[in-house]
Amino acid sequence: MGAGHASHRLYRPGRSPVHALPPHCKILAVLGFVLVVVSTPRTAVWAFALYAALLAAVAGTARIPAALLLRRLLIEVPFVAFAVLMPFVAEGERVRVLGLALSEPGLWGAWNVLAKGTLGVAASVLLAASTELRALLLGLQRLRLPPLLVQIASFMIRYGDVVTDELRRMRVARASRGFRARGVRHWGVLARTAGTLFIRSYERGERVHLAMLSRGYAGTMPVIDEVTATRAQWARAAALPVAAVAVCAGGWAYAAG
Amino acid sequence: MHVPDGFIDAPVSLATGALAAAAVATALRGARRELDDRAAPLAGLVAAFVFAVQMLNFPVAAGTSGHLLGGALAAILVGPYTAVLCISVVLLMQGILFADGGLTALGVNITDMGVVTTLVAYGTFRALLVLLPRRRPSVTAASFVAALVSVPAAACAFTLLYALGGTTDVSLGKVFTAMAGVHVLIGVGEAAITALTVGAVLAVRPDLVHGARGLVRPLELRTSPGSPPAPEPVPARTPAPARRSARRVWAAGLVTALVCAGGVSYYASTSPDGLEKVAHDKGLDSRTEEHAAKGSPLADYQVKDVSDARISGGLAGVIGVGVTLAAGTGVFLVVRRRRAHAPTPAAEAPAAGSV
Repeated sequence: MGAGHASHRLYRPGRSPVHALPPHCKILAVLGFVLVVVSTPRTAVWAFALYAALLAAVAGTARIPAALLLRRLLIEVPFVAFAVLMPFVAEGERVRVLGLALSEPGLWGAWNVLAKGTLGVAASVLLAASTELRALLLGLQRLRLPPLLVQIASFMIRYGDVVTDELRRMRVARASRGFRARGVRHWGVLARTAGTLFIRSYERGERVHLAMLSRGYAGTMPVIDEVTATRAQWARAAALPVAAVAVCAGGWAYAAG
Repeated sequence: MHVPDGFIDAPVSLATGALAAAAVATALRGARRELDDRAAPLAGLVAAFVFAVQMLNFPVAAGTSGHLLGGALAAILVGPYTAVLCISVVLLMQGILFADGGLTALGVNITDMGVVTTLVAYGTFRALLVLLPRRRPSVTAASFVAALVSVPAAACAFTLLYALGGTTDVSLGKVFTAMAGVHVLIGVGEAAITALTVGAVLAVRPDLVHGARGLVRPLELRTSPGSPPAPEPVPARTPAPARRSARRVWAAGLVTALVCAGGVSYYASTSPDGLEKVAHDKGLDSRTEEHAAKGSPLADYQVKDVSDARISGGLAGVIGVGVTLAAGTGVFLVVRRRRAHAPTPAAEAPAAGSV
């Protein structure tokens, strides 16, 4: 239907060493990295700078432009707003910053959420930007996620664009008939859109199922390309979490001493 | 409401991760029963629908707009198991692809938005359908209430998780008031849109609405135009009188409980009850330890930070009744299902032996 695919926006094709790594190694590396970041004491401020430097090195190796990374970090904004509120509402000793009485634990809490949240988002963005959608799903399957769950996820990804596009076409149809939603009075029309979208999605699901049956589907998808990883690839993927563990150990030593 | 990394500490993240994994495993098994081998494409398409419908903006007023969260809607349209599965897949994909919600917080997000929302919505919906007359407007009304309850319930679940593993010591009362306050408002919008959407689907394809399965009139078979309807091949569901009376008892019980909890505690004196007063007078309670749940938002049957003692007591009562009712209904449904399923293994055993 001539629809642009959302994957084009998420995935940035390339031939870098990061792109070449098998997907399941990358998923585990990102998960390990985020786990290490989350368990770092928040008082070790320099540790978070080192983590950011590690991610910047990965982004550099993958040749992912900083602008793309920064733009996709914007998804975090709602929680930044929440974090900014923290110093005002948290309990504990008050410190004066720029003439405002702020709670010290609140400031630390806000820093904690901002630093760890931003690093987590950046790591996920790097993963999605350097790995194809299909490869990510294969990686999840390799990591022993239940096959049915992987199938559902792959159908969601595959038809997400189609369903979103149907929604867009309905919006165009509404607009071309002079409709503009201005307030609560128009909820009925929009809800009917949602209802129609559900019926169309469900019926499409039934058609897809019949099409699958006619091609010999018997409950499992055939695995065509088994992804495997060599020891060298595992070692390269492990570089990020291992470096992070070293930083984390330093952070704990710093916090204790 | 997607929780990022670092917001909830590591142990609670891991525990909720295990909880979410168990819930998803149960949902996988249940969805296979709800949809058999159509599960993969249908649940995938419904997940795509939930994902897309979250982009449909509903203008509120003066340039602000909201969007649907979809937990209650999915539960009513496709059933609780498939709904948990769909929302979990949506959250997983949002976390991995769009970095919306942290990877380590995935368990928290799935537990909160996938499991709690869906279960509370579906439990409320089922309980209301038992009470209301078996007609189509009841389904719409029940979906309204179900969605209305489900969003603040998710906010309460979030507060609970925050109480267990929050990384900043904001007082729980404040978190609860902020979360519940905002989410009651969001819940009203969610409820209106969910009810309207369910109504729209009911008007076109009532057979697709999982929650309205019992209400669809059985198809009328006509052999030739104008002839009277052929005799029913399958006997229609017989309206059992016992069911009727059970419903009445249940309704009366619910109303009484709500009146007691909300109304009476509103007028009840705020002085301590007999035993507490006696204990206090006699100095008995000088050594009693603080209750473990003392710091919980509903401790002492008061909603924290709600200043008016009477309104606060009433509110806590109503919330308590709601939670109890939901839990009770859940236990009841489980027990009833057990009983309904109990004879099947015995019946199947000889068949299995003969194969």
